[in-house]
Amino acid sequence: MSDKTESPLHTVGFDARFPQQNQTKHCWQAYVDYHKCINIKGEDFAPCKVFWKTYSALCPVDWVEKWDEQRANGTFAGDVNP
Amino acid sequence: MLNLLNMINIIYNDVPTPYSCYFQDSATPNQEGILELHDNIMFYLFIILGLVSWMLFNIVRTYTKNPMAYKYIKHGQTIEILWTILPAVILLIIAFPSFILLYLCDEVISPAMTIKAIGYQWYWKYEYSDFINDNGETIEFESYVIPDDLLEEGQLRLLDTDTSIMVPVDTHIRFVVTAADVIHDFCIPSLGIKVDANPGRLNQVSALIQREGVFYGQCSELCGINHCAMPIKVEAVSLPKFLEWLNDQ
Ligand SMILES: [Cu+2]
Repeated sequence: MSDKTESPLHTVGFDARFPQQNQTKHCWQAYVDYHKCINIKGEDFAPCKVFWKTYSALCPVDWVEKWDEQRANGTFAGDVNP
Repeated sequence: MLNLLNMINIIYNDVPTPYSCYFQDSATPNQEGILELHDNIMFYLFIILGLVSWMLFNIVRTYTKNPMAYKYIKHGQTIEILWTILPAVILLIIAFPSFILLYLCDEVISPAMTIKAIGYQWYWKYEYSDFINDNGETIEFESYVIPDDLLEEGQLRLLDTDTSIMVPVDTHIRFVVTAADVIHDFCIPSLGIKVDANPGRLNQVSALIQREGVFYGQCSELCGINHCAMPIKVEAVSLPKFLEWLNDQ
């Protein structure tokens, strides 16, 4: 911790919008932001990656699968259109 | 002699033991704080217990000549002020450290890794989604209790599991806790963690494990017939060993 050598471990840090113990919205917002981001800028737009990292670190895999399915069916509750 | 005591002392207690009446040994600053607060509050509790039982005993013993049990007292300004202010002060003395600790334990400022713990009827599933391989797959595994008839010598009944959470020591870890069916509760006494696992909600807690070891916990929210059989096993190892384990996954 104290030494300044580069740690191989990285994860999503503190977000002032979600300071609470409840991180549900943090995960949700990152998922929505990511898909909105790639819908506007395209899959390969690097800055979108940060949202992807956030939601994959926080959201359970099952949730992501369910939301992916809903997006495919057009029944997703979030606004991901450009 | 002191050396001998130290040698005995290095065996930490990270499991429940029969007839134990104190906590398991702490492995995180959070649990250290919880123990400190507990001892601190117990100090005031014993003072109150002593005072009250001393008064009661004396009143019972010398009823007629006792100024504390004056039968015809109607109004006593001084004593009323005292028995209002004093308990209020004692409550404040207890409340302040308690709130400080509560909000300190709540902070998850700069974690180095995130582990998701998902409660199912009746097992836990863990996901290490900071690490994703080239196929986009993440590390996820389930952790079941070892049934009584498969226990090996030295394993702990209803505490040992087939797979365990591997974590590096001296690393800030964020646990994201949720459930898939009913409410469970993710609890590891040595780490000072107890957080409900609610379906549809993500709760985060942090842990900074300061020594290597195997820590055990149990589901702590009544969740059905096999509530007793979904323990949590955490293995804290050094960072290089942890990375080695990661590579094997
Ligand atoms: Cu449970």
